[in-house]
Amino acid sequence: MTATIEPEVGKSRRRKEDERLITGRTRWTDNITLPGLLHMAVLRSPFAHAKIVSIDTSAAKSAPGVIAVYTAKDLDPDGSVGMPCAWPITPDMKAPRRPVLASDTVNFAGEGVAVVVARSSAEAHDALEEIDVEYDELPVVLDMEAAIADGAPLVHEDLGTNTSAVWKFDSAEAGTGGNVEDAISSSEVVLKRRFRQQRLVPAFMEPRACVVDPTSTQITMWSATQVPHILRVMSALTLGIPEHKLRVIAPDVGGGFGGKIGVLPEEMMSLLVAQKLGKPVKWNETRSETMLAAHHGRDQIQDITISATRDGQVTGLKVELLANLGAYNGLVGPGVPILGAFMFNAIYKIPAYHFACTNVYTTTTLTDAYRGAGRPEATFAIERIMDELAVELGMDPMELREKNWIKHEEFPFTTVCGLTYDSGNYEAATEKAKQLFDYDGLRAEQEKRRASKDKVQLGIGISTFTEMCGLAPSRVLGSLDYGAGGWEYASIRMLPTGKVEVTTGASAHGQGHETAWSQIVADQLGVAFEDVEILHGDTQSSHKGMDTYGSRSLVVGGIAVIKAAEKVIAKAKPIAAHLLECAEDDLEFAGGKFTVKGTGTSTTMGDVALAVFAAHNLPDGVEPSLDSDATFDPENFSFPHGTHLCAAEVDTETGRIKLRSYVCVDDVGVAVNPLIVEGQVHGGLAQGIAQALFEGTEHDESGTLTTGTFADYLLPSAADLPSFTTDRTETPSTTNPLGAKGVGEAGTIASTPAVVNAVIDAVRHFGVDDIEMPLTPMRVWHAIQHGTTDAGGPGRGEAGGGLGSIDATGGAQ
Amino acid sequence: MRITVTVDGTKYTDEVEPRTLLVHHLRERLGKVGTVVGCDTSNCGACTVHLDGHSVKSCSVLAVQADGCEVTTVEGLARDGKLHPVQQAFHDNHALQCGFCTPGMIMQSIDLLADNPDPDEQAVREGLEGNLCRCTGYQNIVRAVRDAAQQMSPGAGPEAERIAENKHVGVGGD
Repeated sequence: MTATIEPEVGKSRRRKEDERLITGRTRWTDNITLPGLLHMAVLRSPFAHAKIVSIDTSAAKSAPGVIAVYTAKDLDPDGSVGMPCAWPITPDMKAPRRPVLASDTVNFAGEGVAVVVARSSAEAHDALEEIDVEYDELPVVLDMEAAIADGAPLVHEDLGTNTSAVWKFDSAEAGTGGNVEDAISSSEVVLKRRFRQQRLVPAFMEPRACVVDPTSTQITMWSATQVPHILRVMSALTLGIPEHKLRVIAPDVGGGFGGKIGVLPEEMMSLLVAQKLGKPVKWNETRSETMLAAHHGRDQIQDITISATRDGQVTGLKVELLANLGAYNGLVGPGVPILGAFMFNAIYKIPAYHFACTNVYTTTTLTDAYRGAGRPEATFAIERIMDELAVELGMDPMELREKNWIKHEEFPFTTVCGLTYDSGNYEAATEKAKQLFDYDGLRAEQEKRRASKDKVQLGIGISTFTEMCGLAPSRVLGSLDYGAGGWEYASIRMLPTGKVEVTTGASAHGQGHETAWSQIVADQLGVAFEDVEILHGDTQSSHKGMDTYGSRSLVVGGIAVIKAAEKVIAKAKPIAAHLLECAEDDLEFAGGKFTVKGTGTSTTMGDVALAVFAAHNLPDGVEPSLDSDATFDPENFSFPHGTHLCAAEVDTETGRIKLRSYVCVDDVGVAVNPLIVEGQVHGGLAQGIAQALFEGTEHDESGTLTTGTFADYLLPSAADLPSFTTDRTETPSTTNPLGAKGVGEAGTIASTPAVVNAVIDAVRHFGVDDIEMPLTPMRVWHAIQHGTTDAGGPGRGEAGGGLGSIDATGGAQ
Repeated sequence: MRITVTVDGTKYTDEVEPRTLLVHHLRERLGKVGTVVGCDTSNCGACTVHLDGHSVKSCSVLAVQADGCEVTTVEGLARDGKLHPVQQAFHDNHALQCGFCTPGMIMQSIDLLADNPDPDEQAVREGLEGNLCRCTGYQNIVRAVRDAAQQMSPGAGPEAERIAENKHVGVGGD
């Protein structure tokens, strides 16, 4: 065994995961095949809201290759199965039952109404065409404000309302700050704005899929999921399958971004169908189905009021949200805006804060977690309104931020939301970013272009952000009525040959856990990076966990690995002392060796592992095992932060935007693998920029999704994006022994407001103070032509010229 | 219909339904599951393979159209246990995360380099326009393709010469 001398943590290791992925030797769920495998396809409602009058499956049943056709009545005769929601945010939250298949009414276009099982996928899809469903259309509910107006048609008649719940936080009531109404009424400047968070599609590249094999004594389910452990528990609770008789495997998973966090009706259907038939069944959706039926993200209307003194001291912040849940509650959907509630104050010392969110049901695809989940929405609102406030006050937007942010020497700092930010250095990140960006030079160029009335105008956008990562302390989650804890689990198995198997409950889908965890273990145990194998995504091998979301893997799961390693060393030490015939206290452990202090006598962890395997010569009463496991429950969140700067060129004649440069300096604490960190930031930036410029779902007036494929929904390609300049500062987190903060969501959270601020900055002199996302050339051009006014009022569309007609027709690209 | 296709150097003769897409033939009949399907509108490019040396989206080619042709998939790139320089460059430059788009991305990059052995950044970005990635933000993919171009340039060593000579891996085209 090779002792590692240089620390692995901090090294830009190339990934262990890559080999199988670049050679095509992967195990995507759709690659899995089993003897006698049948294929399942789902018939989906073409209507957003309709009563199901009748379903005739007789023709489909006799179609070629078809084994069975099921409706809700067949799969769930007594209507007892309801898809789980783990986050009932208030005791009185209205929660409609979400069936596995619609039986009486369909509540969004894409909801499943029947399934076909056939010998091949093509035959199953062919037979869908033979199912005759008679629908009686009901009025659709698409607009959130209309949905909560008196007399609105109801999505779920039995609930008597389209309001799911109202959730509030008030700093005066919580004792964490002042009264916001007092602040607003007594402040010199008050600004009110309305921002919209358009609905987005997570758009992981691998469509969702699952395979269920019921042919053994245990049911095995493979699924393209982010949450195999949660899926197992929820399947057991939902369908009554004994948990120990169910094994869930997330094999290679082609991206998630929160979009694979749900427990799916299709997964439950597959389980039910496979058990009924006693044969393995695969469900693999098409991209068009993904766009319709996999959950969407964002979709909020944000009314923001900020108050300040004339010299730029923010005095209060009031946030009123409408959040569109879609037709049902997703697994964590109702809680997504609540995650954002704690982030609207961002990096600023805001003395008074009030937050109220109304969750609304509409006849649309449900929404749930999407990269950042609540925090991008919050960051967007605060960073946009800080820019608007700067304009109102005649201040440089950076100066306004600097005036209000928490200073480096003020950490730890308890915010108006009651969160304690452990560490941060906004000054350092900002200074570095400004230097890389040439902030002053670009401001000078902007002035020149304005003066010369250049048709291409330049704008500079700032976004300074923080987020809460490392979801999360279990007690905090409990206080927010989330149904599960936030701990993570790891185990270490020392093999006789000195190699190491590590299991982790954090199930990866592209983040590089196998590499980063190997680096951590190599340092902890002093073994070679190559000698560590990371097992994850299988409830049998890594038998418990809380899975991967919310940038929690490293800062919770990675720490569990460290805790498990500490236990291995503690177990090995008395055995090493026995082998070396010395006292335990005389031993020191470093670089994988136990050495007798002051002598050259030593034994390696591998030697101890072999001795334990043989078990011929162990101290009395010591069990022959070095294996260990640990569970880590963080005491606090971690708070990565950063400064993002964007320079955007806007062609004022066409509305076309070109991102000239994008610079960001992120502080993610200690970076275990800087190469992976950089990659995560790049990908996050692309997603956040895409929200600003390209992406957004649209429905027609009947509730049909008109952006239902990659041909209509503009996912950016390489040609649509610039290269980014990324850098880091490193202020270690004090809430975990690694000092890491999490990086998965940073780029997405920070980049959307940076880009929008830049574009608005470029065209503000045309009277533009807001443009709805995505900032399509048409919208930008309209804004330049008409300016925007009165963003706070509901009649903004009318006053905003062309934007009004765009909204009325459901948007325009 | 009866078709014969040579895939990654092995000749396969099969009866296929006329409607069968090449990607489904590869995956479901021949077990070549390294090539994946990401969409149903031929926008994502995840299924890109080489057909007689040129990249095609195998979801927009019928299996019968490949009759008598030579197909190279990502599984056929490595030779004698050695990765293709583009595969190696993707690894070296961290040009993948979840890896689902990667087979198509690699196949398209190889074709791109066959057309333009020394592309600048913009040329790479435009050359990869038909292949979507949701993880990387493309920056490292662009870096990887340009790195591979260096590795494969004339005089870059025996590996470059081998690739240049070996049409079978799809470089060179006509």
